[in-house]
Amino acid sequence: MAQNEHKEHPKYMYIFLWLAILTAIEVGVAIPEYSVVLKAILLIGLACGKAFLVAAYFMHLKLEKRTLAIIVIIPFLICVFLVIMLMPDLTTDSRLDEVAKPAAEVADTNGN
Amino acid sequence: MEQATTLEHTEDVYEPSLTPDSLGKLGMWIFLIGDTMSFGALLAAYAAVRAGAGAIGWVPPSEILGIELTAFMTFLLICSSVTMVKALESIQKGNVARMCDFLGLTILGGIIFLGLQAYEWSHLIHEGLTLIDIPKDGLSGDPISGSKLFGPTFYAITGFHGLHVTGGVIYLIVILRNGWCGRYTAEFNHEVEIVGLYWHFVDLIWIMVFTFIYLL
Repeated sequence: MAQNEHKEHPKYMYIFLWLAILTAIEVGVAIPEYSVVLKAILLIGLACGKAFLVAAYFMHLKLEKRTLAIIVIIPFLICVFLVIMLMPDLTTDSRLDEVAKPAAEVADTNGN
Repeated sequence: MEQATTLEHTEDVYEPSLTPDSLGKLGMWIFLIGDTMSFGALLAAYAAVRAGAGAIGWVPPSEILGIELTAFMTFLLICSSVTMVKALESIQKGNVARMCDFLGLTILGGIIFLGLQAYEWSHLIHEGLTLIDIPKDGLSGDPISGSKLFGPTFYAITGFHGLHVTGGVIYLIVILRNGWCGRYTAEFNHEVEIVGLYWHFVDLIWIMVFTFIYLL
């Protein structure tokens, strides 16, 4: 326990500095207008870097057993998968067309 | 003699915990994993709704939301995370008074964060961002139009996070009270570490919310 403490002790301020710097970079990256895709990649990358710093050092995940770290990382990957799974549902037009067609037909029959 | 054999067997049967120093810590980690999924679901739904609205159907967040204030709020939560690790470090060295000071600072950070969020919300509602509508003019003064789902998704996600901060502040106050009563020592301080896990998680989630809701 005491050994761990000595290992962590000097790091906290460096982690704080890194987090502050990364936040400043994030804001700097977000304000100017340019390619949306590039912006998204940069911002998500920076956010993941910050999340890693918080989880690994502040939450001591680096000092815990490795199995725990693996168990904790999996839900984050599942969240990414969740986003990918939901995308086609709302972005494809075909589904919306199918819904819109019968509605139009119903309107026609009512008109007659 | 018979008792001794039973004990030996118990040691054989149970495998060591993932967090050998405290089972509560494992419990908190499992809760946080569950909580990750609820935030993950909210953010995934936001991504789907926004993608569904198309490139011009969604107002750029920078037209409605101020980034400067929330960047400061992010910085504030990072600072309160640092005071939290300092509180744990102090009690691990047996310094109760210092731990209480740092816990107090952490709570202060949380309360200021909530105050700023309340200020931001009331300002946005005044500007016309509600659950059923978006403002008519953007921050740049030009008229804007887009999906009215901007409001509900914004309030649901930041509100859910705000509730977590509120819960965290109450949780921290309970731990601070215990600290004042002399519950924690250099040997017994897992409860401080567990409240820390929760608090850092709230910080981590805000990093994600800040990126996805405000910056992108």
